[in-house]
Amino acid sequence: MDVLTLSRLQFAVATLFHFLFVPLTLGLSVLVAIMETKWVRTGDETYRRMAKFWGKLFLINFALGVVTGLTLEFQFGTNWSRYSMYVGDVFGSLLAIEAAVTFFLESTFVAVWFFGWNRISPKLHCVSMWLIAIAANLSAFWILVANAWMQHPVGYVIRNGRAELTDFWAVISQKFAILEFIHTIGGAYILAGFFVLGISSWHLLKLQNVEFFTRSFKIAIAFTLIFSIFEIAQGHMNAEILQETQPTKLAAMEAHWETRPRAPLYLLLWPRLDGEMNAIEALPVPGMLSLLATYSTQSVIKGLKEWPAELRPPVLPCFLSFRFMVGMGFLFAGLSIFGFYVRNNLLAYPWFLKTLVFAIPLPYLTNEAGWILAELGRQPWIVYGVMKTKDAVSFVSTAQVFTSLIGFIVLYGLLGFADFMLLFKFARKGPQK
Amino acid sequence: METIWFFLWALLWTIYFMLDGYDLGIGSLLPFFSKNENERRVMINAMGPFWDGNEVWLVTAGGVTFAAFPKTYAVLFSTLYTPLMILLFALILRGISFEFRGKIDDRRWRRLWDGCLTLGSIVPGFLFGVTFGNLFQGIPIDESGILRGDFFTLLSPYALLSGVLFVFLFVVHGALWLAVMTDEEMHERSLSAARGAWPALVSVLVTFLVSSALTTDLYQNAINRPVLFLFPVLSVVALIATRTFIGMRKPVQAFASSAIVILGTGMFGFTGLYPNMLLSSLNPQFSLTAFNSASSALTLKIMLGITLVVIPIVIAYQSWVHVLFGKKIRLEELKEGESY
Repeated sequence: MDVLTLSRLQFAVATLFHFLFVPLTLGLSVLVAIMETKWVRTGDETYRRMAKFWGKLFLINFALGVVTGLTLEFQFGTNWSRYSMYVGDVFGSLLAIEAAVTFFLESTFVAVWFFGWNRISPKLHCVSMWLIAIAANLSAFWILVANAWMQHPVGYVIRNGRAELTDFWAVISQKFAILEFIHTIGGAYILAGFFVLGISSWHLLKLQNVEFFTRSFKIAIAFTLIFSIFEIAQGHMNAEILQETQPTKLAAMEAHWETRPRAPLYLLLWPRLDGEMNAIEALPVPGMLSLLATYSTQSVIKGLKEWPAELRPPVLPCFLSFRFMVGMGFLFAGLSIFGFYVRNNLLAYPWFLKTLVFAIPLPYLTNEAGWILAELGRQPWIVYGVMKTKDAVSFVSTAQVFTSLIGFIVLYGLLGFADFMLLFKFARKGPQK
Repeated sequence: METIWFFLWALLWTIYFMLDGYDLGIGSLLPFFSKNENERRVMINAMGPFWDGNEVWLVTAGGVTFAAFPKTYAVLFSTLYTPLMILLFALILRGISFEFRGKIDDRRWRRLWDGCLTLGSIVPGFLFGVTFGNLFQGIPIDESGILRGDFFTLLSPYALLSGVLFVFLFVVHGALWLAVMTDEEMHERSLSAARGAWPALVSVLVTFLVSSALTTDLYQNAINRPVLFLFPVLSVVALIATRTFIGMRKPVQAFASSAIVILGTGMFGFTGLYPNMLLSSLNPQFSLTAFNSASSALTLKIMLGITLVVIPIVIAYQSWVHVLFGKKIRLEELKEGESY
């Protein structure tokens, strides 16, 4: 394998692994802050124990999110130096702002929260948790603005042999960035919601700490219901903007080959690995794809054949990850609606509680699928329409990248295993008396 | 503007070394200093509330390198690929040790993470030194910023010396912070550890300052502008002050002095380097400078505005945290309250 392939693999490993921990940080910080606020408002000890129990799981997860985040900042320089040189003027500043504005706040107040139970007033302690939640979510904003710029670059000009910033406001306020941010946050909140629902259900099935976990369940189900329904409506907007900004990604995820008006949506579809066509195409809904992408059944949707093969993203993984994500999105909404409906009588539905326990990993896979689609669907570009991935890689040796890749796989494998084992251990143990 | 950014860049790295230096130092001392599990917990909790906030200075310094000097960031990180990957792995293991160590009550489990914490503290200290030694001395990069050499090219005697210097700076700094955070027997031993390491630090620092004169151009700017001799002098004076305060048993003042040693040494290097950022030892024309590697005027302006607003606020709340948690650690409190 060459340096490019190895570097891409390494980036995929580092990023996908990092994103196993980020969504829970984003969502659970908000949930713990809500629990602690209830404690400060009502003085009810159960809420304090809830903040402590879920907060402990939050911290175990947070630690791995932090250390794996370091890798990402290093990687742009170590493996993608030509990218960094070419677009650092725009992209680098977004990363620096993320660190200066949000990481300081997040890391400093995580310590205040953890060590501060007996040192500061409950109010200030609760404010610390909100600061952590706000900082975490703001950091997501900055990094997603940076990613959105790679997906749909705006506010720059090519000058002095590189991309230079001309309009900072355009970069941070563009529609693509806002939609990507909201969509990622929504996905993260669903994951955190199902995490709390699943663990609560496990304890409820065992009839342990019933009051404690019923309350946790109720907070999480309201949260999950709101965001899982929101995510479907909002996700539709994300697909719609692709029509204008990244037609190749849209065509690949729909396995849509021929440019045509009244593009149908096939209920049964499977793209071929070789050749420019689908292996299975059945049960068309006429004009549906056009309708979904543009609000008109008549509009023309560009097919993959519009572009030469080397400018198309890999179709099958985009197609699959998209369908998986959408299917799961509907499943989450369904489970949330049912859960909300039976929230006052949970113990009467043991099969449902069991389902929720097994559902814990699904939002994780869904979040990852979303990123696979976002990043693979952008290929062969690293910055869409501006720079190709193959032109972005560093001049380093195959041996160097091969060694570090193996290092990442081994290290991350062990750390990930240990982290999930600890989460499992403390989730099972339940709250302190 | 490029000059302002060069010095902000230098300052951010120096602040990082002043802050993370003490927790890297305590981590390096861990197995050599502690006699039992209780003492290890005291040491870890002496940096517990601070280390993560300190490490963000690294992320910010790295991020600012990327934002203000993208070309330097790109060439530096790709030419130093192997040492930086080792540094990264070490920092990952260190960061996770804090969280993992106390989570399973098993001696071998704790031993494992103690080992990771120690390695994850000594190795980064050393490699930061090697990295900046290479910056100060120059490395064989060609006109495209590609390294003409391998990993061992980066391990020149001067770079190794610089690595050792960083380790000693951090060890003394860490021992003094530990003295601030402990009392009675551990307090005494922390002070004597700092006292014991001090002569070694003096000899390494003096060797470094002398070999900088022999093998680098770091004094050239000061010869043209003698006011810049302030920094190496400051470093030496603060080093003497550190020893004096240790003798007077004033750990807070000694710690502050050792922070100034780091500040003086760092700023000596950076002011001597200016305007270069990454010297090419092949041809000075291939060197990356604050001018040929900087971002556009607009980016630098926006970044400057944000930095000048945000960094003072960060310093304010991090100082508050140091005051809030910078109290002597008592074993009973570790057993009752939340701690690592």
